[in-house]
Amino acid sequence: MQIDIDHVAKLARLGLSEEEKKVFGEQLGKVLDHANELQKLNTDNVSPTSHAIPMKNVLREDKVVVCQNTEDILANGPETEDNMFKVPRIVE
Amino acid sequence: MNNKTAHELHNELKNKKISSVELTEAVFAQIEKVESKVQAFVTLTKEEALKQAKAADERIENNHNLTPLTGIPIAIKDNMCTKGILTTCSSKILSNYLPPYNATIVEKLKEAGAIMVGKTNMDEFAMGSSTENSGLHPTNNPWNLNTVPGGSSGGSAAAVAADECILATGSDTGGSIRQPAAFCGVVGLKPTYGRVSRYGLVAFASSLDQIGPLTKDVTDTATVLNIISGHDPKDSTSVNISVPDYQKSLINNIKGLKIGYIKELLGKGIDKEVKVTIEKAMKKLAELGAELIEVSMPSFEAAVATYYLIAPAEASSNLARYDGVKFGHRSKEAKDLLTMYYNTRQEGFGTEVKRRILLGTYALSAGYYDAYYLKALKVRTLIKQDFDKAFAECDVLISPTAPTVAFKIGEKTADPLSMYLSDIATIPVNLAGLPGISLPCGFSNNLPVGLQIIGKAFAEETILRVAFTYEQNTDWHKKKPQL
Repeated sequence: MQIDIDHVAKLARLGLSEEEKKVFGEQLGKVLDHANELQKLNTDNVSPTSHAIPMKNVLREDKVVVCQNTEDILANGPETEDNMFKVPRIVE
Repeated sequence: MNNKTAHELHNELKNKKISSVELTEAVFAQIEKVESKVQAFVTLTKEEALKQAKAADERIENNHNLTPLTGIPIAIKDNMCTKGILTTCSSKILSNYLPPYNATIVEKLKEAGAIMVGKTNMDEFAMGSSTENSGLHPTNNPWNLNTVPGGSSGGSAAAVAADECILATGSDTGGSIRQPAAFCGVVGLKPTYGRVSRYGLVAFASSLDQIGPLTKDVTDTATVLNIISGHDPKDSTSVNISVPDYQKSLINNIKGLKIGYIKELLGKGIDKEVKVTIEKAMKKLAELGAELIEVSMPSFEAAVATYYLIAPAEASSNLARYDGVKFGHRSKEAKDLLTMYYNTRQEGFGTEVKRRILLGTYALSAGYYDAYYLKALKVRTLIKQDFDKAFAECDVLISPTAPTVAFKIGEKTADPLSMYLSDIATIPVNLAGLPGISLPCGFSNNLPVGLQIIGKAFAEETILRVAFTYEQNTDWHKKKPQL
């Protein structure tokens, strides 16, 4: 199986070297060939399972809680300024 | 003393035969001695551990609020957040990450008085079956240093087997506790999905991930499970039902229990010697009074393909957060936002993580969603139905934990599919959300073989009972590697 590796990498916002594109393209093709085995199974009238254990939405009261560890959180930021994370310019 | 179990050491601590400081020092002496060969840890926290041990000794002295884990050294897998202590997931992208909070299980173990000795190595973001995908360094199997310890909780399993800790935690998405437990000859349990809080566990595949213990025997597994189980308001998928006392499941009797052995996991693709070893274990279980029944799970043939669509799909979404904005690595070559994303992720992620992000993104992308992702979710239903059918007539199911014993380092790295297929026996259990335990049941080529026991949802008690009975009537768990 062939996959359009450039397109998929772009969707995933993942930079790849030419070598990686070639190797991943071949390896993923093999994995997807194996995945095509699934098509042999009849799943007409079978509903999909996204969680094995029945789940329901959990809601909590919408109340304001003061964040106590802002400093620790910001300390992990690659670039910060005045309680904010700094990123490259987005709008010209 | 570091080669003993937590329940043995608990008695010695309580009777003041040893102190937690002495025990912790013994553990670090062992680490000093063997860690250069095993390489189970990515971070050691000796200073903090000795401080905690001192506090535990005071707790014991005053007989205040003692738990079976007070003063017992434990290793934590490096994908569980530890406040102010590096939590890297063995990834370059998180190599400088200092969590601002503790995972719920870390908090619970701390409250119980357990002593954290360090963070253990793993396949990067828990993606792998050999710990060779660690972005930091490989870990070697204490039974044979040229073989892998399994994965992704390979560091935890190797540390327990090498007596570099008394207990460890692992996480299991497709076998990542049970398979390394099998490869390293220790006990590993994956609880039912929702039994243990995932708050503070770095997410890989959220509908499959679950935290559990790796220990030297079944009794210790029950002890840790008692401490870490239960509902957590911070994890909306943790289930709000009461937790039994798992110590009470340690009953040395399986007379009349119905044990199903899975036909498909004793056939094609299973190593001959592993098969023979499992058949001996089956004979033993029958001698102990269980009724053995053959069950067939035809959908298992598709389990690996199903898993390797669902888990990467969820991962591709979960790992979108590593964008270089709020924490972790950011590329220095970032002139604009898009290049920052591309370069940060290219530089920070290792090969297997990239492969899975691509695979998952593809399976979810327009035009392929129905054929791959949705199809996999439907086959997941078929796998669940096969389990339901088997459990209608059996109390537990058994199989080998892995199709082979520990393989050689480097043997499967060039062929991802062959690595993926080594998860065949453990993956279906995660897809169905069920509890499973692996315990030592013999050797092949001087390497441990693991017996997997699978239970109904929230029936950890039954698998612990079967595991305990088997263990009490065999000696495999007492064997130690020579290091």
